[in-house]
This record gives sequence, C-alpha cells and structure tokens, in this order.
Amino acid sequence: MPRSTHSLLVAAIAALTTLPVLAEGEVNVYSARKEDLIKPLLDRFTVQTGIKVNLVTGKEDALLTRLQSEGAASPADVLVTTDAGRLHRAKDAGVTQAAASPALEAAIPASYRDPEGHWFGLSLRARPILYVKGKVDPASLSTYEALADPMWKGKVCVRGSDSIYNQSLVASLIAADGPAATETWAKGLVANLAKPPQGGDRDQVKAAAAGQCDLAIANTYYLAGMLTSADAAEQAAAKQMGVFWPNQGDRGTHVNVSGAAVTKAAKHKAEAIRLMEFMATPESQAWYAEVNGEYPVAPGIPVGPTLAAWGTFKADTLNLARLGELNAEATKLMDRAGWK
Amino acid sequence: MSELAAPVVAAPIPSAAGGRVWWGPGIATLALLLSLPVLVVVGFLFVPSGEVWQHLADTVLADYVSNSLLLMAGVAVGTLIGGVGTAWLTSMCRFPGRGVFEWALLLPMAMPAYIIAYTYTGLLDFAGPVQTMLRAATGWVYGDYWFPQVRSLPGAAVMLALVLYPYVYLLARAAFLGQSLCVLDVSRTLGNGPWRTFFTVALPLARPAIVAGLSLALMETLADYGTVQYFGVATFTTGIFRTWFGLGSAPAAAQLSAVLLGFVLVLILVERLSRRRARYHHTSQREQAIQRFRLGGWRALGAFGFCLVPVLFGFVVPAGQLAWWAATIAHTAYDAAFFTLVQHTLALAAGTALLALLLALLLGYGRRLYPSLAVRASVRTAGLGYAVPGTVIAIGVLIPFAWLDHGIDAWMQATLGVSTGLLLSGTLVALVFAYLVRFLAVALQTVEAGLGKIRPSMDEAGRSLGYRPGEVLRRVHIPMLRGSLLTALLLVFVDVLKELPATLVLRPFNFNTLAVRAYELAADERLADCAPAALTIVLAGLLPVILLSRSITRSRDADTA
Amino acid sequence: MPTQLEVRDVTIAYGGRPVVAEVSFVLEQGAIGCLLGPSGCGKTTLLRAIAGFEPVSAGEIRLQGRRVSAPGETLAPERRRVGMVFQDFALFPHLSVERNIAFGLRGASRAERRARVAELLDLVGMKDAARRYPHQLSGGMQQRVALARAMAPRPEILLLDEPFSSMDTELREGLAREVRDLLKADGITAVLVTHDQLEAFAMADQIAVLGDGRVHQWGTGFGLYHEPANRFVADFIGQGVLLPGTVVDELRVKTELGRVAGAKPHGLATGQAVEVLIRPDDMLYDESSPRRASVVARAFRGAEYLYTLRLASGTQVLCLVPSHHQHALGDDIGVRLEAEHLVVFPVGADGSPTRV
Repeated sequence: MPRSTHSLLVAAIAALTTLPVLAEGEVNVYSARKEDLIKPLLDRFTVQTGIKVNLVTGKEDALLTRLQSEGAASPADVLVTTDAGRLHRAKDAGVTQAAASPALEAAIPASYRDPEGHWFGLSLRARPILYVKGKVDPASLSTYEALADPMWKGKVCVRGSDSIYNQSLVASLIAADGPAATETWAKGLVANLAKPPQGGDRDQVKAAAAGQCDLAIANTYYLAGMLTSADAAEQAAAKQMGVFWPNQGDRGTHVNVSGAAVTKAAKHKAEAIRLMEFMATPESQAWYAEVNGEYPVAPGIPVGPTLAAWGTFKADTLNLARLGELNAEATKLMDRAGWK
Repeated sequence: MSELAAPVVAAPIPSAAGGRVWWGPGIATLALLLSLPVLVVVGFLFVPSGEVWQHLADTVLADYVSNSLLLMAGVAVGTLIGGVGTAWLTSMCRFPGRGVFEWALLLPMAMPAYIIAYTYTGLLDFAGPVQTMLRAATGWVYGDYWFPQVRSLPGAAVMLALVLYPYVYLLARAAFLGQSLCVLDVSRTLGNGPWRTFFTVALPLARPAIVAGLSLALMETLADYGTVQYFGVATFTTGIFRTWFGLGSAPAAAQLSAVLLGFVLVLILVERLSRRRARYHHTSQREQAIQRFRLGGWRALGAFGFCLVPVLFGFVVPAGQLAWWAATIAHTAYDAAFFTLVQHTLALAAGTALLALLLALLLGYGRRLYPSLAVRASVRTAGLGYAVPGTVIAIGVLIPFAWLDHGIDAWMQATLGVSTGLLLSGTLVALVFAYLVRFLAVALQTVEAGLGKIRPSMDEAGRSLGYRPGEVLRRVHIPMLRGSLLTALLLVFVDVLKELPATLVLRPFNFNTLAVRAYELAADERLADCAPAALTIVLAGLLPVILLSRSITRSRDADTA
Repeated sequence: MPTQLEVRDVTIAYGGRPVVAEVSFVLEQGAIGCLLGPSGCGKTTLLRAIAGFEPVSAGEIRLQGRRVSAPGETLAPERRRVGMVFQDFALFPHLSVERNIAFGLRGASRAERRARVAELLDLVGMKDAARRYPHQLSGGMQQRVALARAMAPRPEILLLDEPFSSMDTELREGLAREVRDLLKADGITAVLVTHDQLEAFAMADQIAVLGDGRVHQWGTGFGLYHEPANRFVADFIGQGVLLPGTVVDELRVKTELGRVAGAKPHGLATGQAVEVLIRPDDMLYDESSPRRASVVARAFRGAEYLYTLRLASGTQVLCLVPSHHQHALGDDIGVRLEAEHLVVFPVGADGSPTRV
C-alpha cells in the first residue's frame, strides 16, 4: 500500500480507537444525573483524594440497559441515578453488588438505603403541589388524590408520563391506593390538565406563572434552582409559586432519593466506596443542599434559606424499593389512562 | 445530501483478466457487515416478545402509526409547496432577487431539525419573547387569544418541512432546468402563461424528480428523533427509545424498528423507481440560454415574498436567535470544556469521513473493475444505509456487538485465561461503525457519480502503460476525482456532526459531541446554554451548502440568462 | 525469428455467440496491419483481445513468440508490452503533455525519462507544447500526444482504435500518412482498427477485411481492391457493379460490354454463368465506342463525375469520368470497358471467407 494511503489509514484509525484504559487510582461513574449537577462534587473528590473520576452521563434507562448488556466486562464502577425506583431496578437486574461500609450505614437513615447494601440514597427531593399565589387558596388543597376532582378542571400542569418522577409518584399511589383507584385517579387528572403534557418540570412552573394553569407538580430542586437562577424571568416565575405539601394528614408527601450503587462488575470497588462515602459526608451533603437545592439524607444537616422558607413536612415512609417494583405497572397504567 | 447527484451507471470495464480473486468476496463481506444492523433488527421479528408487544399494540402502537403518517403528510405538503414552488420561480421566472434566492434557498440545509425546533420553542412558546411581547402590548392573558402551539405535531411538521424542503427544491430545479426548452417554448407559443405552463407541462415532466426528492425528505422525517422527542410527539423513533429503555424490552423495541423499516422500505422503492424514470424524462441534452418568464409588479412581489419565507424562517431567524443567545452567554460558555467538546466532535467526524471515503473508493472502484452480479448487489446494499434511521442502527449495533464481545471474552478466558473485556461495545468502534452504516452511502454516491464521469478508456490507457488496477486508481482516478472526494469527505463530516440518536446510545466514556450536548441542554430546559453548540453545528453545516451553491452559480454562469 | 504478432484461430464469444470467429493472421516486426470492416464486425473486440482487455474463447495470441492469450489464461494488459491509442485519446487531464508521455516510463531513471520524452516530442512535433495541458490542445495535437505516450515505453506492438474518427474527414488521409511515417521512423509494429478504407490504404501494409467476426481477406490495399476474394470484400472495398456474364475460356469472360480477360486462370467451367465486378474506374468514356449508355444519375466529385449509366439491357453501371465532361441526365454517351483485373464470382456463390 502506498505510503500516503497507509499513513492516512493510520491517522484515521488513531483518531478513532480510544479504548478505555483501566488504570489504578481511577473510578468510572455511570451517572443519570446531568453533568452539571454532579461534576463539581466529583471534581472536589479528585482534588481531595487524587483519584481520577471518569464520567458517562445518560438517561438512566439507557445506562441500565448498557450495564446489562456489558455484563461482567462493564467498565463502570458506580451507578448514580436520580430515582430510587431505578436503583431498585438495577439491583433487580443484577448489575449491583452489596457495599459494606459502616460510614455509609451510619450517615444514611435506613429508609433511604437498600437493606442489603446494594444502593444508598445521597440526596432527597419531594414532589409537592405548587400553586399560583393569590389565585389559589392553599386551604383548598389536600392530597394528590384530590387533584382528580372536577373543581380543578383545566387548571393543572404536569409533565409527561415518560418522566421517572411521575412514574414513581404513580407507583407510590398504587402502593397506597391500589391499581384500580389509581387508574381512575389518573384518568381524572388527565381530564383536568390545562394543556397536553410538554416539557420538563420548569416548563410547568413557567406555564403556571404565565397564567396557563393554577397548579403545577414539580420536584423541589427545580423550583429551588429557578428561585436562584440568573435568568430574571425564571426567578420571577418561580417567586409566584407557593409550595403545598400534600397528604400531610395521612401518609405524607411523596419523596424520592437520588443515589448510587456499586456495580457488580466494578474493578475499582474500594475507590467506588470511597466516592460514595465522600458524597455522604456532611460537607457534600451540605453542598447538595446549598448548591443543588436538595434535601440532605443525612440527618442534622441544615438546609439553605430557599428550602427553609418552605417549612418542614411529613415525608411518605414508603420503602423506596417499592417504587422500582411498581414502575412497569405504573407506566402501563399511565398509558391506559391516556397520560401522554 | 449527495443523493441529489443523478445516479450514473458506471460503464462496464472488462474485468481484468487474472485479477485478484479477493476483491469480489471482500466487497461482499463489507456489504454484509454494513447490513448487519438491519438484519439484526429484522431477525427480531421472529423472536417472541409477547406481553410487551401486546401492551404496545393495545395502547400506543396506533398512535405511533397515525402520528408518523400525519407527520409525513404534513412534511410532504410543506416540502412540496415550498420546494417545487421556489424551484419553479427561481429556475423559470425572472424577478428581483432571483439570483440570490437561487443559492440562498439552500441555507436551511445547514440547520438540523432538532436545533430549529429548540430555537422556535424558545421564541414562540407561551413564556417566550414573542408571546410575552404580545401580551404586554395588548394586555391579554392566557385564554384571551389563540396562538399556534409550537410544541405539537403540526409544529413538528412545520419544523421538519422548513429544513427538508431543499431536497425537493434541488431535485425539482434540476428537473425543470433539464426539461426541453422546446417543450416549454411550444407551450408558450400556444398562449400559455407561466401558470398554465407550470401546471400542464413542466410539473408532470418533473414529477419523477420531485417524487424522488420527496421520498428523501420523508425518509429523514421518519428518522428524526430530536424534534419529535422534544415536541412530545409519539412516533416510532421515540417509541423505540421508550420501549427499549423504559419498558426494558429490547426485542419489542427491535420489532418496532422493523415496522419502521417497513415504512422506509416503501419510500426507498418509490425513490428508486422515480429516479429511474426521471432519467427518461430528461428530454433535452443541450444547454441553452433560458428564456425566463418576466414577472412584473405585484407578481414579482409575490414571488419575492414566496421565496423569502423559507429562507427567513428556515435559516435567518433561527440562526439569528442562536447567535443572540450565544452572544449573551459568551462570557461563560466558551470554556475549556467547550473546546474539548469541539475537538472531540471534529476528530470523530473527520476520522469517520476519512474511513467512509476509503471504503467508498474501495466499493466504487471494485464495482468498476469487477461488475459481477454479486459485487453490484453488494455495492447497492451498502448504499442503502442512508434510509435507515439512526435509532434503528443503534439497536442493530449494540446488540450484536455486546454479544460478540461476550463471545470473544468467554473464548479468550477459556483458551488463554485472559479477559479482554469490552473491545467493541462502548468504544468508538461501535459508534463509528454505526456512522459508517448510515453515511457510507453518502460518500459512495458521490464517488460513484465522479467515477461515472471517467471514461473506461482512461482505465485502459493506464493499464496499457503498465500500471496495475490499484495503481491506476491512485495515479489516474484519484487525481481526477479530487473534487468528488473532497465533496464526499465534507458531506460525511457534516452528517456525523449533526447525528443525534445513534450517538446518544453508543458513545463511550468521557465522550460527548456537540449534538448530544445541545440535546442535553435543551432537554434540561436551558435553551440559551445550548446555543454555542447548536451554532457550531449550523456553521459546520454551512460548508456543504456553500459547496452546493457554488456549483449552482457556476452552472448558472455557464448559461447566460 | 518469431513474428511480432501471431493471431491463431482466435474465437471470442459472449454467451455462446461468437463475436470474432477463427481469425488468424501474422504480422512481422515493423509492419503496420489494419483490421478493416463495418461496425459490429468484431474488429475492436479483436484489438482489445490483443491488448489483453478481452479474453479469448479459443485459439491463441502470441507476441514475439510468447503466448499472451489463450482460453482460460489471459496475461494482464499491464504485463504485456502493448501500447494503445484510444478513439477518445484518453489523455490524463491532470497531467501536462510531458507528464502524460512520461507516464509509461516508470522503470527508467529521471535522465532517461527526460531524454525519451524529448525525443518523442520532437518526433511528433510538439516540442513547444510540453508544459501545456490536454484541454488546451486541439484534437490533432491531442492525438499526437496520445501517440507519443503510447510509443514512449517502446512497446512490442502499438494498437490504434479508430484513431482518426474524431477528426475532420479531409484531414484524415493526411494524418494517416503522417502517423505511418512516425511509426515507420521508430520501427514500431502496429495494428490499426478502422471502418474507413482510405485510412486503411494510407496507413497499413497489410489489411484484414472483417465481416461478422471472420476475416474475409488479408492483403495489401491494392490486392483488396483489384483482387477481392469474395463478394463481401468486393462490396465493402471501393464501389462497383456486378455484371452478368458467361465464361468463354479459362482466362476470359463475355459480358454485354465485351470480353474481359484476366491474367490468371479463374478456375471456373466454360459456359458457366458468372458475375463480373466492374469498378467505376474500369468504365471509360469514349464517344467513338459503339456501346452506348444513358445517364441515369450523376454525382459531382470535384475532379470527377461519378455517373450512373444504364446500358441497353437495363443493367446499371458506374462510371468515373473527368469532370470536364459534363453530361446531363438522360444523355446518351459512349462507354468502353477496360478492366485490367478480372474479378468473377460464380452465380449463387456466397461470400465464404478465405484463409489468409
């Protein structure tokens, strides 16, 4: 082969094949959390410990499927997700392993981690009902279930059924009320929607603030993010919303954790556990609270002013593993109810 | 994009007596490899996935089908009106600004559909500047006025039509210009003005070319993922993702892909048939100066406006919005991370383009030398990849690669006691392979068109002067093909840059592309932040548009008007 | 000493249908041969087989005694030492004239290459155009470059495929002679393919007339014209009419225009009905002749008129007369038959091919 073509071919291949090299002092993370929400923490970890962190982000379902198909050859050491249900699914799929860590067990309450140690929740978020201040009297709100009441017709904004947060919410309802009642509720909710589900949680807040609806369902950290946003319009929209904690009279408001698990195929198990322990330290927990607008799982960590303004609330004590068990059923239920 | 070059049948070069035996089987193997994803997907049709498929059939399958059909219908209407109308006006009529519109109408090609979707959402959504200004000016509130909903199926159809009409425009324009001027002149001497000539003579003659362009636009519509996902339109591509990852059933997702391929197959057949007929409709070979209809007064104004709309809304407005956004966040956005992103993306695109070119040369030249039935069929199969949606390719690549990796690993462990881990899946190999499956066709078409213009006597002259076939390729064909080769490189480069669904699924560690970044940020409702990445993609996409427009103006200068 | 080119019983068939059938001929070194025939007679296919671009189904082709083509084995073109000049010249557009010519001189040193290129540029008279590119040259100049390029590596044989077909008709004969001089000057063996007789006559030493894949006759131009072996050749070469006649004796035949005598015995039985080939140049205008004919048509040829005359019997003949003698249609003129060569065909005979 003539030299020019040869070098061309070599250049082409060199530009392409970069096989992941497994080296010491490294840990590979598959994260379903967006890069901006986790990278700063990982960078702090590297600075403190000298262990390099390689990050792959993606939708958690995609990551889970990838872990499954990669099997024992997977390079991932840690899986970070945004939802407890997915953590449970990962355990179910056999891609996680138990991590024995007294530090983690001490720092994180039992209801926010897997009893067998396969996964650990690292930050907490709630999914309250947000209402437009001045337009809605909080006294008229009570529970999630009441949202199907015809009085709210055309007044509710919520995102689509492909959101895990909604799927987990519905799963918690199935666990509490049973599938038949939940399906009826879902159909009622869909009938009350001001517009077909579109966009993410922030879009629902903006729509409510702009007058398209009176109520929105969104995660607490999205609202917190908007309140501290550099975008003036976003901030103004968020300021218009009040936070109502539903189901305080019975089981409590639906909560979820984002957490991490050590993968079964992990080649750097020790580093992985160190990373998770780092994320459970008070400094990291406080970072979650202040920077991400989430509630810490470790007890005794003060929350920032934004979250504090919403007051305390009773959280649903449902075992979060149940969210994963009921996920598929929740998705099909939403399909049947016509929740797009 | 280069599907637009009219396919030229390579004149058969008598097979080299005593030529290397491995060319034929080599090409066949390559074609087989490239068809692997489609074969895998179709193979899944025979795997029962029972319950999940039943659930799909009960609930969402009808939606996928109806939405896809509606979307295609909308895009078809939009591209036909936009593409054919502007093609006729710029090729056959004379009005102020025609010369500029001739090439400017191509600009929307630089815009990926999902980027234009993000842009218009930011602009026209309820909380966006347009509606906000409207409400501020009139004092209306929600419910008082009706404003078209951008994030909807009609909205998606409009977005796709805005960026896909150039396919129809280019092919229709070539058809109109290639028509026998005598035929059009006869129509005029019989008293038909521009309108009637258009409808009764020019349009029917150009129909095969228009249908071919339309098929291409509809194939791209079926393959689109970013736009429909962002707009919440449930189509096959979003359904495939959801079924695969959400419901966790790869077989059912593969079966959905197979159904999608069925639609695509119909379009391919339509396109190929039309292209063959288009050749016979090319009635005039001579290049003549075109006597254009002169439009005056309000007609000229109408023509100007008609041509202005696609250019304005397909390119100027979105590009302007992106530039504005990028400027407002310029102080934070262009950091080291961004440049790493650009570097990664460019390296990936460049490397893939080079590989695609080498393979295209291999296939194209191989077919020239050894036009046996097997080789011709193989080359044609390899050239079908452009019709397969990226989502389908992603499934068709990940599954066999993972299987192969496990197989190799198991074998290596058993025989050598060494674990090779993942060699293919999760590396750039899988990603580049997926790109090649889809975009090799682009390079191949360009190379074949170029080769078709080289007479067989050139090959024979080289051979008679003592050069073996491979050397003739290097010393004679490649220098003569320089223009085509560069075009092929550029087209594949830009296509890789814009690709989204396959990249989302297959990309390796620590590796992001501009397209994925724009998608992630938009999905996170940070539209302004996605502007730098989006703008870079659009700027890169301008390069082939400039190429195309230059060839248009050059051929225009060749015939005086 | 083996001949330069030997074609022996070569048959080339596609899908059972023979395009070239049992062709044989031999060419000595330095000779210029020609394959002449109408379109579709297989001449180009045969040429391409000699070049190595087509395989042979039967027979063999030898260059300088070395077998290069046989059924099932075909030496690749780049391994034969054949040069080829194509109908469309096939000059490489990305190379200058001197680079084009030097293209086939791979093994030579740079000095040798330069010398040979200069030599050839001189030979074809293109010294000034060395740096120019093909698209800047006229058709004639391109052809000369194509010729030089093919000749540069001193091939064992040079093949020319209808080299003048893209030139203006008036120029062809002159060009053909020029090329012949060039080839003779370099001592190159060549085979030319053409459908134009004048080219063939101007260039070639030996001409093969091909029809339907077979060689009907192999000989010089003079021989083909005046001693055609069968009706096909008689028909194809030049113009003429077949006049009915009767054999008188072994040398003479009687026709309505008188007796025609040949130099060699024709081998046909006395009294047998035959047809005699009468060429236009065999008919002379002679006012004193008792035989009369009327002018049916005439074609002005510049130096001559080609008259179509009708004899008393109604048979038409062609007559070439210097154009000072201008006769009108319907005129009655005197003609005399003066044929130096006797060409007779038995009536009913078909044009079966002869062996060369």
